Amino acid sequence: MDLTSLHALNIARKGRHAAVVVTDLDAGGERVILEGETVAGNLGDHVAEAFRSGKAAAVDVAGCHLFLNVYLPPPRIVVIGAVHISQALARMAPLVGYDLTIIDPRTAFATPERFADVDLVADWPEDVLGRRPLDAYTALVAVTHDPKIDDFPLTDALRKNCFYVGALGSRKTHAKRVERLSGQGLDQQAIMRIAAPIGLDIGAATPQEIALAILAQIVQAFRRRDIVTAA
Amino acid sequence: MSDLDPLDPLLIAEDWRSHGRSVAIATVIATWGSAPRAAGSHLVVDQDGNFEGSVSGGCVEGAVIAEAQDVILTGQSKMLEFGVADETAWRVGLSCGGTIRVYLERLG
Repeated sequence: MDLTSLHALNIARKGRHAAVVVTDLDAGGERVILEGETVAGNLGDHVAEAFRSGKAAAVDVAGCHLFLNVYLPPPRIVVIGAVHISQALARMAPLVGYDLTIIDPRTAFATPERFADVDLVADWPEDVLGRRPLDAYTALVAVTHDPKIDDFPLTDALRKNCFYVGALGSRKTHAKRVERLSGQGLDQQAIMRIAAPIGLDIGAATPQEIALAILAQIVQAFRRRDIVTAA
Repeated sequence: MSDLDPLDPLLIAEDWRSHGRSVAIATVIATWGSAPRAAGSHLVVDQDGNFEGSVSGGCVEGAVIAEAQDVILTGQSKMLEFGVADETAWRVGLSCGGTIRVYLERLG
């Protein structure tokens, strides 16, 4: 591999951009392709499939033996609301390999005492997400119940194509939310992507169990996201 | 902001190379049966045998590191195969019973 190629790949990975490296196994040499670049012909189909599945594969294109390696950004979770559920979620997420950030402008909730060793930002989501934008490899979990805090990040997550968007609240609360978001010009198909009531239906009763149900739903959304895109 | 592991093998390979060290990159190309590291996994090695990352659960790393010295010297890429049907595999012991193919190349 060329050092220039490796450098380009590492820059992409540091910036949370998905990349595919195509290596010619017979002749040597490689090409770094970033997500969004168009690649013509048969190779283009293989590259698109690699981005979708996230799986490396050896393929034959026009008599050449190629290896396609895929580098997807590590998935992460952004939680809106420094509540009891978030405390449990913050402890569980690292076990499954997810980075986690909690945002809540209410300084009574967002205290370092309640969230030791957690990436916690006591500020409005509008401000934080401007500095640290959401992306397709981020799961957005909104759990404050407060439209003033939750609505903006939910809308932003749908527009930035986050692989998972979940919102806490009863069916009744969610029905009102759907009405508000429709009023803000989001189409029904986008709004339907919000997981609400949040979490897999495992009959969760405690904040810890709800956190588990949310985390399981996030893993499911990420591992099956190719099926979602194909639908 | 980057949330990459500081022990990420590809970051380390770039760092080593830009500090003048000779480096080879090993990549798992394919696996059959039970194999601990998926296709695409990396192990990087320098000319002194320092390494980071893995291509198996520790079963064949020694052999890959030894072969890497040759690749670093000649610049010729190599395809290695380890498996139960392979004599080398018995020696290095791919205990999980799978087969893996590893591509070794020099970092230019």
